[in-house]
Amino acid sequence: MNARTVETKRGAKVRVLEGGRGKPLVFLHGAGGLFGENPFLDRLAERYHVLAPELPGYGESRGEELLDDMLDFALHGWDVVAALGVERPHLVGHSMGGMIAAEMAALCPSDVDKLVLVSSTGLWLPEQPIPDLFAMLPFEYARLLFHDPEKGAALLTEGFDFSNLDALADFYIANSRRMAMAAKILFPIPNRRLSKRLYRVTAETLLVWGKSDRLTPPVYGERFRDAIAGARLVVLDEAGHMVPYEQPEMFVSVVGGFLG
Amino acid sequence: MYFTWFNLMPWPYLPDDFRERHRSIWVDIPNTLYDPRKGHHLYHRYMNQLEYAEALGFDGIGVNEHHQNGYGLMPSPNVIAGGLVRRTSRAAICVIGNSIALYNPPIRVAEEFAMLDVLSGGRLIAGFPVGTPMDTNFCYGQIPSLTRDKYAEAHELIRKAWASDEPFAFDGKYTQLRYVNCWPKPIQQPHPPIYIPGGGSIETWDFCIDNDYNYSYLSFTGYKRGKLLMDGYWEQVAKRAKDESPHRGAFAQTVCVADTDAEAERLYAEHVKYFYNRCLHIYPGFADPPGYRTIKTLKYGAISNLTEDALAKFPSLTWKELVDDRYVIAGSPETVRQQMEELVKGLHVGHVFCLMHVGDMTDEKARHSTRLFAEKVMPRLRDVWPEWKHDTRWWIHPMEDRLQPEKHLEVTR
Repeated sequence: MNARTVETKRGAKVRVLEGGRGKPLVFLHGAGGLFGENPFLDRLAERYHVLAPELPGYGESRGEELLDDMLDFALHGWDVVAALGVERPHLVGHSMGGMIAAEMAALCPSDVDKLVLVSSTGLWLPEQPIPDLFAMLPFEYARLLFHDPEKGAALLTEGFDFSNLDALADFYIANSRRMAMAAKILFPIPNRRLSKRLYRVTAETLLVWGKSDRLTPPVYGERFRDAIAGARLVVLDEAGHMVPYEQPEMFVSVVGGFLG
Repeated sequence: MYFTWFNLMPWPYLPDDFRERHRSIWVDIPNTLYDPRKGHHLYHRYMNQLEYAEALGFDGIGVNEHHQNGYGLMPSPNVIAGGLVRRTSRAAICVIGNSIALYNPPIRVAEEFAMLDVLSGGRLIAGFPVGTPMDTNFCYGQIPSLTRDKYAEAHELIRKAWASDEPFAFDGKYTQLRYVNCWPKPIQQPHPPIYIPGGGSIETWDFCIDNDYNYSYLSFTGYKRGKLLMDGYWEQVAKRAKDESPHRGAFAQTVCVADTDAEAERLYAEHVKYFYNRCLHIYPGFADPPGYRTIKTLKYGAISNLTEDALAKFPSLTWKELVDDRYVIAGSPETVRQQMEELVKGLHVGHVFCLMHVGDMTDEKARHSTRLFAEKVMPRLRDVWPEWKHDTRWWIHPMEDRLQPEKHLEVTR
């Protein structure tokens, strides 16, 4: 994958990972951002023109102050698509990125080809409350996000040297910058009334969930399925909330099968 | 020098195994631990102590706002202040303060503070804290990275509401009001003294300097640790070419006075330890949500009051450590005087909030310590800043013909 930076009409500077040829596929990352290695994107780039923008506040993307609320985030998504010069892409959103992709699809239904929501946030079931990510200590993440917490913890800390205090301080600041941004649409309850707007989604929709998702359990996938006309839900074994990272092969095969 | 007697109003009935059984004294503390009937007695005991402090000559009496908190029983400090103004006549009523980003619309704060200023005859000191993450973000649901922006807007609205003689429309990002018309208005003009309680965000310094507000550093870790931050504030004051009046700054300090140093340990150690070992048991996940502190503050390396390290240390602090490291100033009147002088001069402050009721301290002990401080310590610290003696810019200006509380109500038939 290559990286380039585009500027949106609103003025946000967005770094985008890009690779492959074919039908454009825009991937929207979750609250943790893209990892250093994203094998599922490499695999998707074998079949599609993959574009993975980072939200302002993530990586080198800037313009956090331009985005305050859900409408800002959704319009920013379309501004990025416009800045990339692609038309009617497939939208694939993971976790918080799923919430943004669903909002984008509800706002501009005919501008999306196919829609894939992966372990998406955006709904709230009082009987199955989503744990509070923002009141959590870093060591608690892996258990919540992965089917196999041990392997998950290794993925989360890959290549990180904890004995380097400067690196640790930089990591802390970068993490704070990312999560401060995510909190604008996820805090204190990750629900910005998407459920009122999902009826507008007309794109053919696939929902992918990990069976062991302890953050947004598969019942959330069922609610998305009920709310989006014709949506199909696939629940994968031995996968948690981070399904694209935990089961990249299976994930790519299911998504590829749907997108064609 | 000004001295304000301050009570956090802790719940003194937390069980011995509180720390083992519960993860936090704040935010998700089980409210089955609260007993409203005991609460009745407690509110009155604490309010009596505040009134007692006025009678002994303290310059101010202070209250603050916390939510869902086992060591702070005042979700609405204005309710307590409303009681205090009726039974006092001289002391400043320091409400430190109302978390203005939490009120919807914030004009409510302009109104209630104006009511308190009018009721007290111009004795209100108005505090505008951004609020702790526990209160502001986790209890009251404000988005961390937008809290400061919302705070700034609320501040603008309140100041405008107090200053304006005509109704005006306010088109804010968070609050839209067609007719802003503060009624009543405060006695103190253009506004009561405004104090900004800070925890450790460096943006607060410039905010205080821009507006000539008092910067009050509220921490529980004592004046030695407070120095880093207060020094940063004074450097900024100098950089901005403002005068160095010590009344621009205030500091909160836990203080315990007894006849001798040994007696102080005997009388107060268990209560101080109740506070540090039990009341500061706060789940670290609530202490620093992303976005609450700005990137600028994070880069400055200013350590939050409640780092994981600090939180981990509180439970095991011994009396000796608490006293030697000056988390608390405790001892004989002479010991306390010396250390208070070191605090006042070291931090360059003209106002100390004295936390004199600590943890589960009994009423008798709280009053004993308070009386010794008022009689044997306070008088000897009055003139630390002779050259700033007449600087009353950060002090109350009550009306002269204000009413005195009626001591005995006569019932005529």
